[in-house]
Amino acid sequence: MATDAHHGPEFLAHHFDRPVQQFDAAKLGMWTFLAQEILFFSGIFVAYLLFRSWYPEAWSLGSRLLDWRMGTINTFVLLISSFTAAQAVATAQRGERNKTTVYLAITLICAGIFMVVKYFEYSHKFHVGLLPGSLFNPTEEGWAEIAAAAANSHGMESAPAGTYANHVRSYIGLYFMATGLHGIHVLIGMGVITWVMIRNIKGEFTSEFWTPVDLVALYWHLVDLIWIYLFPFMYLID
Amino acid sequence: MSTAAEATAAATADQVPNYLNHERSIKSWLFTVDHKRIGLMYLVATFAALLLGGFMALLVRTELMLPGKQWMSADTYNQVFTLHGAIMVFLFIIPAIPGGLGNFFLPIMLGAKDVAFPKLNLFSFYIYVIGSVLAIVAILSGHIDTGWTFYTPYSTRADNSVLWMTMAVFVLGFSSILTAVNFIATVHTMRAPGLTWKRLPLFVWGAYATSVVQILATPVLAITVLMLFVEKAFEIGIFDPSLGGDPILFQHFFWFYSHPAVYIMILPGMGIVNELIATFSRRAIFGYMFVAMSSIALGLLGFLVWGHHMFTSGMSEYSAMVFSALTMLVAIPSGVKIFNWLATLYGGSISLQSPMLYALAFIALFTIGGLTGLPLATLITDIHLHDTYFVVAHFHYVMVGGTVIAFLGGLHYWWPKMTGKMYSETLARIAFTLVFVGFNTTFLTQFVLGSQGMPRRYFDYQDQFQPLHMTSSFGAYILGLGIVLIVWMFVRSLLKGERAPENPWGSAGFEWMTTTPPDPHNFPVTPVIERGPYDYDLCTEEELYTGFRKDLEAKKA
Repeated sequence: MATDAHHGPEFLAHHFDRPVQQFDAAKLGMWTFLAQEILFFSGIFVAYLLFRSWYPEAWSLGSRLLDWRMGTINTFVLLISSFTAAQAVATAQRGERNKTTVYLAITLICAGIFMVVKYFEYSHKFHVGLLPGSLFNPTEEGWAEIAAAAANSHGMESAPAGTYANHVRSYIGLYFMATGLHGIHVLIGMGVITWVMIRNIKGEFTSEFWTPVDLVALYWHLVDLIWIYLFPFMYLID
Repeated sequence: MSTAAEATAAATADQVPNYLNHERSIKSWLFTVDHKRIGLMYLVATFAALLLGGFMALLVRTELMLPGKQWMSADTYNQVFTLHGAIMVFLFIIPAIPGGLGNFFLPIMLGAKDVAFPKLNLFSFYIYVIGSVLAIVAILSGHIDTGWTFYTPYSTRADNSVLWMTMAVFVLGFSSILTAVNFIATVHTMRAPGLTWKRLPLFVWGAYATSVVQILATPVLAITVLMLFVEKAFEIGIFDPSLGGDPILFQHFFWFYSHPAVYIMILPGMGIVNELIATFSRRAIFGYMFVAMSSIALGLLGFLVWGHHMFTSGMSEYSAMVFSALTMLVAIPSGVKIFNWLATLYGGSISLQSPMLYALAFIALFTIGGLTGLPLATLITDIHLHDTYFVVAHFHYVMVGGTVIAFLGGLHYWWPKMTGKMYSETLARIAFTLVFVGFNTTFLTQFVLGSQGMPRRYFDYQDQFQPLHMTSSFGAYILGLGIVLIVWMFVRSLLKGERAPENPWGSAGFEWMTTTPPDPHNFPVTPVIERGPYDYDLCTEEELYTGFRKDLEAKKA
């Protein structure tokens, strides 16, 4: 379509005049996109806080149904992956292609570990029937977990296990929705990181052009950041 | 326009490839990344939605001519008004101006070759198409009678086709977010040399403010409908009170998006009106910076007033008072715009061509729409007027009298540049008269109906309201006739319109400085901007009449 001779370096798209303009546009676009991501998750956080203030006992109980050790492992895994993502950008800026590949691979492995841990958490919940909404159908083991959590929580130590089942059900529903959406973001991130890594191996990036590495790292930090809030809200706070 | 200018126009249009003729295959349209072609596709799609939604409106008005059942059941009636609302809001008003006219003209006004992310732009158009298809599936698969607001718990217990509709809204939201990301990055990074922020056309300011609102509000709608979806599919107990959820939370979430959405609809319309008034008054917009900043102010204030939709929903009195006071603040930036437009007209050299008629109609109708918002923002009067036809009339004055009128004005104004054809001014004036008279007949009567206590969305009513309902329906037919005439006028223009010159209105705006229809890359060479878009005193005769600056023309051959 563009009949005129190419007007700059190979990576420069036809509608930009200068590489720096292309970089600024891409980066601003990414930040704008991240802003909307935060507002997207805000709905879940608002619902969480509202119901927390309405049903503090059920929320205290609910948080004890989650394994904080698993959550901690995942938090560390994600923090490490954020560090390696940042390192991938730094090495890409210096044009150290192989190091960039290694750092992206470590990021990818960490993301994989995160999903595996998440898989164990989810499959346990499935196993004992602690599922969202209409699927909520705890087995005996599930009720025993609820009773054990109730015994440890504030305000319902002596309440029979079934009393707060409805609200616990809401808690589980919100937990699955929040972590599920976050998990989808992790999976999308893994896909994009793989794509960027392949492009890096093919040698598309140089110390002149490393925008995609930068952008995927930005996105990955956001995925990390959302988890940093989800973890204490869901697992730690009573 | 001199004949010499027309001859030049004819000559250039034949010789120079433009975005319409440089490639002609269907594939070159479907996979285009050219913002102008994407803009045109948006215009066709959204205009089709306007016709469909308008048809639904006529069905509603026909049923309401007489009290009692006429020819559709109450159940059908509920579905038809729901579809009218949902189609008009999500498929037409929100995407029409940014997606259609914005996509087409924002990069040209910036002197850019395209938007910052052309592929993303095409992607967002296809997401819009997918969303529309989902909406149509929802319509055909059953039974959506929730109103476009999907209030819980009714919506979570209604027919399953609500699931399709919420997915449609989710997907459509994605489309407007991507367009907004594109516009923000484009405005920040793609301006031509010399095009400072203080020289930005006000349509660009409007589109920019709209994009900011879209980025901050649309994701909240997305998560809301996603929660609604999950609530309906799995009954997890977020919104349904019988499961421990909170229906008021849904209303808060919904209006946190849907009030700012009002500004998503009106700000680009106001942007168009700026361009029209400047061009047809041949004068710089009075108080340019105030008008630009009032768009930003409206966008931000729009986030603080959502509670005024919920005065009677059981919110605390104190929050209602705060929301009421904040809502009154909206009058300030709106007033800034209206008075600056009037000040621009004062002493201007006004020519009443068809786009200008729409601009003047906008000022009048939007003023009525804005002022009737005050009794709704005032707590004590709102108790009486809430959920009556007064509300219906109020928001139609803003949405139709404001946005649709501005959209039509913009369509007339930019039609020659987009298609390279002129339309019949006589037909345009007749159509404008029909639209203006029909609109006012329809909705002025509804103010009266509402203040007398006629509730909105009702299928049946008392006999005392019958004459006014009949008048309103009569007006709706005139309005519908006007819209049909506009369609016919534009089709006629495409088939046998005269060739449009480069700058038919003698505007100083940047979009008129390129060929008609524009070059595939908008400008043969990147223009260097040396004046503002409204600086008529700095324009050369050549710019205003032949529309082409020598430095741009020199290199094009």
